[in-house]
Amino acid sequence: MSKKIFEVPLYPYVRSADQDAPKAVRHKVVVVGAGPIGLAAAIELAMNDIPVVVVDDNDKVSWGSRAVCYAKRPLEILDRIGCGDQFVDKGVQWNVGKVFFDERQVYQFDLLPEDGHKRPAFINLQQYYFEEYLVDRVKELQAQGKPIEIRGNNKVVALDQGEDYASVQLETPEGTYTIEADWVIACDGAASPIRSMLGLDFVGRVFEDNFLIADVIMDASFPTERWFWFDPPFNRGQSALLHKQPDNVWRIDLQLGWDIDKEEEKKEENVIPRLKAMLGEDVNFELEWVSIYTFQCRRMEQFRKGRVIFAGDSAHQVSPFGARGANSGLQDTDNLIWKLKLVMENKAPLSLLDTYDEERIYAADENILNSSRSTDFITPKSNMSRIFRNAVLDLAEKAAFARPLVNSGRLSVPAVYDGSSLNGADVPHMPKRTRPGAPASDAPLEKGYLLEQLGNKFQLLAINCDVPVSLDVDGITIESLSINTAQLPDKSLQERYLGEARSAIYLLRPDQHIAARFVSYDEASVQEAMRIATGNLTQEVTA
Amino acid sequence: MSQLVEQPNLNDPDGFYQELIDSHTGLSDAQSTSMNARLVLILANHIGDRAVLAEALALAKETMPTTERS
Repeated sequence: MSKKIFEVPLYPYVRSADQDAPKAVRHKVVVVGAGPIGLAAAIELAMNDIPVVVVDDNDKVSWGSRAVCYAKRPLEILDRIGCGDQFVDKGVQWNVGKVFFDERQVYQFDLLPEDGHKRPAFINLQQYYFEEYLVDRVKELQAQGKPIEIRGNNKVVALDQGEDYASVQLETPEGTYTIEADWVIACDGAASPIRSMLGLDFVGRVFEDNFLIADVIMDASFPTERWFWFDPPFNRGQSALLHKQPDNVWRIDLQLGWDIDKEEEKKEENVIPRLKAMLGEDVNFELEWVSIYTFQCRRMEQFRKGRVIFAGDSAHQVSPFGARGANSGLQDTDNLIWKLKLVMENKAPLSLLDTYDEERIYAADENILNSSRSTDFITPKSNMSRIFRNAVLDLAEKAAFARPLVNSGRLSVPAVYDGSSLNGADVPHMPKRTRPGAPASDAPLEKGYLLEQLGNKFQLLAINCDVPVSLDVDGITIESLSINTAQLPDKSLQERYLGEARSAIYLLRPDQHIAARFVSYDEASVQEAMRIATGNLTQEVTA
Repeated sequence: MSQLVEQPNLNDPDGFYQELIDSHTGLSDAQSTSMNARLVLILANHIGDRAVLAEALALAKETMPTTERS
């Protein structure tokens, strides 16, 4: 059988000139960890011509499927960093979810994605493909001469902070060496060694439970749906999940409870009978990957310590229910990189980075809340909690009112940065979904989609009114995008951005989030909103 | 915002009480608990208002005896 992508070294160790330098070489940015979040951060830096070195303690993509569900917003972020198509073309799209209790189906939902968006609500894709495609994008940028480099088998063994830099000691197959960086982005996962080296806390709630995950290759006739079981006959008292991935790989999660022998449970002779009980004796399948995981819901108190910034699982960890891990990690780097760029270019004060904490801690808390609630429903912690849970499931079969209470995971939606100190003027009667702090909603244009025209720079979106082609505010360029709703194929953009208003001006950040909006163009107002959005003007606190 | 009704509001208090008790006849304690859970959920949905439900939860809790009666 041919080798799986996760068995092939994708960025094998190569000796770097830094290892032979007489003193530690200073880099602009070092990203620790070549997982989905580290790679996305590095790609965006390189696209902005900021030199970046990614170091990883091995040389391959993720082993096994791990993060499998990707929501619309992260797909839009991948589009913005130039590689969304590959993910969506390969990924499996799904909309229907079924919930089973005991031996029967009690409930079925349809995500019913709204029309007029380029990207689907969700795709399933193995994490190893996700990382492979990001590595492809890195190679594409390298071919264009962009300053990005991945150093495989470079493990961080020590980190020290100076006044305005950090020094990083790396262990390689040929010994250790030290490099320095103006900034370090730590995307080294939930067990983050960097976090430990800095002695930073990572507190939260431990869930006393174990889950067996198996990737199974089979030609099965199950539809492309998310199936979730509460207390099924094949896993009494526990839960189970079945999800389809590309290449006829099916992802199965089986809850095992707390008091188990992990090594025993992982053995193929114990896994196979469990899977046969679930899938049926006559289904032929092959095991690709088996793992057992436990989880916690926790976050760091602050995501930045001096010159080290944490993103993804290293900063916050959630239970897997709701697909809020990798999805929220991508939104971290989405939020971070443009801010870091402005600070590095001295176009914004250091305090702009505090808004990374402000906005992404808000999002992390939302994710932790949602995933903790799902976990409490799926794995009740008391007898009464189980009684209510089972009552909800029984009622859901007959009574519509109980269905919204069924919680097998509240699927990841992007955070709206309500109340962010970067938010500027709003027009209250305009649509709520496009208020300041919200990510821009997609909509079809005459050709293509709105989001294809947005991102990676500050922009003014002018709908049915005139604006200058571009504007300079304190050395930062704002480019304009003018749209006349009379020329659009449908009413989506009008409904999402105008409502009853006849015209609008939106100020958009490089991460496609809305900073401010107005009914018409006024240069002074736009300048003020721009200074607020870049942290150059602190707003009066209003009660 | 509406408030929890704490004044008498049942049009046939004795009849309702009998029906409530009768509905548990023949049930084990576990079955009764399960039935009560369903009833709470059904009634909560009928009320709908989160603030009223919060008041109801608080009232239920505050009237609990400090030591369990046997």
